[in-house]
Parts: sequence; structure tokens; C-alpha cells
Amino acid sequence: MAETTARPKNFLGVPVAKPKVAFIELSSCEGCQLQIVNNEATLLDFLSLVQVVNFREAMTEKSDDYDIAFVEGSVTRKDEAEKLRTVRNNARVLVALGSCACFGGVNQLKNRFDLDWVKREVYGNSFIDTDKAQPLEDFVHVDLRIYGCPIKKEEVEKIVTNLVIGREVHHPRYPVCMECKANENICLYDLGEPCLGPITRAGCDSWCPNNRAGCWGCRGPADDANMVQMRKIMTEQGFSDETLIDRLECFGGFKACVDNIRKGQLK
Amino acid sequence: MLFRTLKKKDLPRLYDRLSDGNRIVGPTVKGAEKDGKAIYAFEEISDFNNIHLDYTSTKIPAKKFFMPFRETMASFRMKGKEWDKMVSFNMNSPLVFFGMHACDVNALNKLDKVLLGSHYPMPYYAAKRKNMFIVGIDCIPQPYCFCRSMGSDTALHGFDMFLTDLGDHYFVEILSDTAYNFLRQITNEEPAESDHARYMKVAAEKNRKFTAHVDTTDLTKILDMEFQADVWKKWGDQCLSCGTCANVCPTCYCYGVDESVGLDLSRAQKTKLLYSCNLIDFAEVAGGHNFRPESHTRLKYRYYHKHRGFVEAFEESLCVGCGRCGESCLAGITVPEVIASVRGEES
Ligand code: SF4
Ligand code: SF4
Ligand code: SF4
Ligand code: SF4
Ligand code: SF4
Repeated sequence: MAETTARPKNFLGVPVAKPKVAFIELSSCEGCQLQIVNNEATLLDFLSLVQVVNFREAMTEKSDDYDIAFVEGSVTRKDEAEKLRTVRNNARVLVALGSCACFGGVNQLKNRFDLDWVKREVYGNSFIDTDKAQPLEDFVHVDLRIYGCPIKKEEVEKIVTNLVIGREVHHPRYPVCMECKANENICLYDLGEPCLGPITRAGCDSWCPNNRAGCWGCRGPADDANMVQMRKIMTEQGFSDETLIDRLECFGGFKACVDNIRKGQLK
Repeated sequence: MLFRTLKKKDLPRLYDRLSDGNRIVGPTVKGAEKDGKAIYAFEEISDFNNIHLDYTSTKIPAKKFFMPFRETMASFRMKGKEWDKMVSFNMNSPLVFFGMHACDVNALNKLDKVLLGSHYPMPYYAAKRKNMFIVGIDCIPQPYCFCRSMGSDTALHGFDMFLTDLGDHYFVEILSDTAYNFLRQITNEEPAESDHARYMKVAAEKNRKFTAHVDTTDLTKILDMEFQADVWKKWGDQCLSCGTCANVCPTCYCYGVDESVGLDLSRAQKTKLLYSCNLIDFAEVAGGHNFRPESHTRLKYRYYHKHRGFVEAFEESLCVGCGRCGESCLAGITVPEVIASVRGEES
């Protein structure tokens, strides 16, 4: 990776410090990190804003001296929990990057099953040390979350810019429907398909509905998401609780809601 | 007002004249619902045959053309120690709306009151609104239409010409000299006595087709009296706080402003984003206090703005009865049902 420390940056004439940034992965597909190196058009600008000291996706040297740690993936082993605690000690700001880090992500689907059975199914007889998949916040304090599976690169760039110039970082608090309407999509329910857009936090620019696919809730619940009504709508539109639960469980963001449905407490 | 008639076979010629050098927007088919019903949208048209003048109503109103969901208000660029500010009202060329229903024309008239007529007119809206030409078209009331209750089933102004289907020809109302000059270029006739009779018959037939109604008698007072009514809670429990109702409403004009700094720190942008009073942080102020943290208080606010506040300010409501909000609301919350429940009626 090119040397990125050369030019001093300023904002409105005031010099800004270039934070040292580390990208660290736990159990994940590394898809979120890939999103960041994906866009060549903005990558150079991104790299001139921060000093990347640790990024396995794109560099070989490593350093433990960093200000901001972007941690991708969920915690599935004891050594990962240890690694995460070390990162927490090193970093001023710890950012949970993507749904795995925020909610456990697709990985946490295995938590539904007996762990020994999962290990046998996936790894056969070769011994493998794997535990439940858990979000970062089960182990350490998380300063900032970047939602999505995968994350949206534009959103990360915006968040990093705001971190560097010291602006507050805000996530949309409304659900995906808001962006979906702005994109003038045909509602999936009009097409007879399920969609979790009404309860899922926006920010992805209604990625899935833009492609005529219903939302699976990868960004977790919007503020004040109306789960009871969502369930009613799914039922009225002819979708079973199983279909609803499949979607709600996919990324782990709706765990509390799924637990309530299972316990018969979501009425 | 000037009345003429126009043979249906001459309508493509009117289209040709209007589209010469202008962008045309009209109702087109965007897709089909699961039961096969067409989904209509206002889109830019390049072929007269793609205009569906017999459309029911579009899911998204025409407001996207003069109040886009997202609009850049200003962009900034650093130049050494100085900076440039670029402002554009985003009006590229005049638009001709070919086939707008009365409710949507009336929606524009209502928006004009706020966005053109207030102390601080909105230039982004004005630039587009002042550069459009509207051909209205009559319609067939749908089960969700209650424009007649809202006095919006006919348009008295706010368009250039309005067509009513009389069978093999259109009855044409002409309101602007631009429209007059366009119409002069194609064959048209003086309406006969029989055309007047036919027009009145068509109008009377249309009136009989309305099935949805809202009783607006004393509504501002009733809303005042029923501010604490339990029904609000019931509707609030249903509401998803998703903002869809405002997004599909032809008269909702609320927006938020997003300021973002470019990745290279030398550019910035101010963007206007349409918003909705049903969204959780609509009434959250600096310091974090939220005046309407509960969903029912927000839903109620929407009704109070439309059917009480606006009426007190402008002597008319901020709802044209197009029924779009109820049609698109996944929770099934419709204006006729909400108002009836507040009035203590079964709907
Ligand atoms: S497709 Fe999904 S996100 Fe879009 S409006 Fe319908 S429910 Fe909402
Ligand atoms: S639409 Fe839903 S599942 Fe798709 S990216 Fe957005 S939040 Fe994730
Ligand atoms: S009334 Fe319906 S459309 Fe409007 S915010 Fe509530 S659920 Fe969404
Ligand atoms: S409130 Fe509903 S019925 Fe009234 S104008 Fe808006 S979308 Fe149409
Ligand atoms: S306050 Fe609500 S109802 Fe009124 S214009 Fe704004 S979004 Fe529409």
C-alpha cells in the first residue's frame, strides 16, 4: 500500500490530525473490509484522510499503535475475545463494523442449534474451537456502530470524514421505507413479497428493494420499530411466523423480538 | 374561462406542439401489482403512446418534479483560503404535465400558499412551479378517493388547460394565454349546446361514483375537543412511523437539511431531504428533548396539521382527498377511518 502520510490535511484552513486507523477482523467473511478497498475512485481520498496502520485486506505490516479501530466480525472463540479486549485497550475509538460486529451477523444463526451438532455438521471430525457467535458489545464497550451486511462504503466514508473533522456521527433513526419511497420503488408487498423495511433502520438507501428484493433487516431495528404491527402485516399478507422469524433471525439485530415471538410475548 | 372542444384524434397533435422544445411528464405504467392491477407513475415521456390518460392515480405524486425527495441546495468548494458557494434552483427546462387530475392540481395550489405566498417563499419550488404548463384531465373516482369531501374534485385554477372526456371529443377549459396559443395551432371548435349538456351529465355521473367520504363539518372544533381522545392511541399503536404517508402525499412539504463534507475536505454540500412528522425525531430539538416521542402523538400531529392548523391559517385543509396515504400505508391507516373514529362514528 502506498505511503499515505505525505500531505498534511486541513479543514477550513485549520489543520486536522490524521488519525491512525486499524482494521481488525474476528469471525467474518471480510466482506465489509472489502467494501472499503472496493472503490478506487475515492480510495485515495480516504487514505489521505487517515493513516492506516493495520489492514490485512490490503497490507502486510502491522502496528498496535492506533486511534480508531474498526472491528469486523463477531466473537466466536476465547482467543477472539482476548484479541478484542486488547484492541479496546489500544484504541481511543472502537467501531463495530458491519452486522457481525454489531449483532453477531449471519454467524449467530448457528446459536439456534446445539453447538456440538453444528461443529460436526460443518467441520466433521477435525477438532475446531468455536463457541456461540456474539456481538462485540457482549465483551467490550463499543463507541460507534456501522450497520449493514455488508456495510455501505459511502456511509463509512461519511462517518470517517465526520470523525476526522470532529462532527457528530448520526444514523438515520427511521426505517428503510423512507428511503425506499424516495427511490420511488414499487413496494414489495404490492408484488406479494415480504419485506422488513418498515422496521429496519435505514442508511443503506433501500439497497434490496431498489433491486426488487425484500429487506432482511441486516441493519437491525429502527428506533421505536413497531414489531407487533410488522407481525400483523406479515400475517395479513399471508406470510407465516416462520417466514417472519427466518428474516428477523438472519443477522441477529432482532434477537429480542424473535425471543418475544417464541415466548408468545409479542402481541 | 374559455371553453372549446377538441376531437380525440387531434390530441396527439396537441402533444406534438407541446413537446416541441419542452420536456413532457405524464402518467405511465410502471409495473403491475400481484393481482394484475397497473401501477402508475408520473414519468418523463418521449412517446405519446406511453401516456395512459385513463390512469387511476399514481402511487407517488407529481411533487417529485418540483419538490424532489432529495435536492442539492448549495455546494461549497475551498479555493486556497477562500471558498465558493454554488446555488442552483435545479430548474433545467420547463415541464409540461400532460394529464393531471383535479386533486393533484389542487394539491399544487395548496403548496403555493405556503411555498410561494408566505413571507419567505421557497425559491427551489418557485423556480420549477413557475416554469410548468399543466394539462388537466378528468378522472373516475376510485374506492379510496374522497376529494369531493375535501372540495378538491374540480380545479378552478392552477392549470393551463383541462380536458374532460365527452366520448369522441374533449371539452377543453382554457385558463392561460399560453394554452390558448397552443390550442390555436390545432383544429378545435366552439362547444355546442349539446356539449354543455353532455359535460354536466359526465360531471353528475362522476359525482355518483364516490364511495369514500370524510365529514368535515366543524372538523377543526371537533379535533380541538378530541385532542385527548383514546382513538389516537389506537391509531398510534398501529403506526409504523415509516413516513410513507408523507412521502406519497401531494401536499406534504416538510423537509430536513443534511450538510456533508466531502472526503477530500475541500468540498461540502447542503441537501434537502423530504421528511415526515411521523418519524421519531421530527420534533426532537437541540439538547435532545423530543416533544413527540410516542407514535400516537406524531400521528395525531399529522392530522392536526392537515385538518386543523392549516385550515385556521388558510381556510382550507392541507388534504385533497387523493387517498394515496391510506392506499400505501401498510398498517391500513386511512384518512376517512381516522376522521370518522375521532368523530365517534363507525366507518
Ligand atoms: S418495499 Fe419494503 S422498504 Fe419499500 S416501502 Fe415496501 S415495505 Fe417499505
Ligand atoms: S434493504 Fe434491508 S437487508 Fe437490504 S441492505 Fe438495506 S437493511 Fe440490509
Ligand atoms: S400512518 Fe401508515 S404510512 Fe404513515 S407513518 Fe404510520 S404506518 Fe407509515
Ligand atoms: S393526506 Fe392522504 S388523502 Fe390527503 S392529500 Fe395527502 S395523501 Fe392525499
Ligand atoms: S407536518 Fe406532517 S402532515 Fe404536515 S406537511 Fe409536514 S409531514 Fe405533512
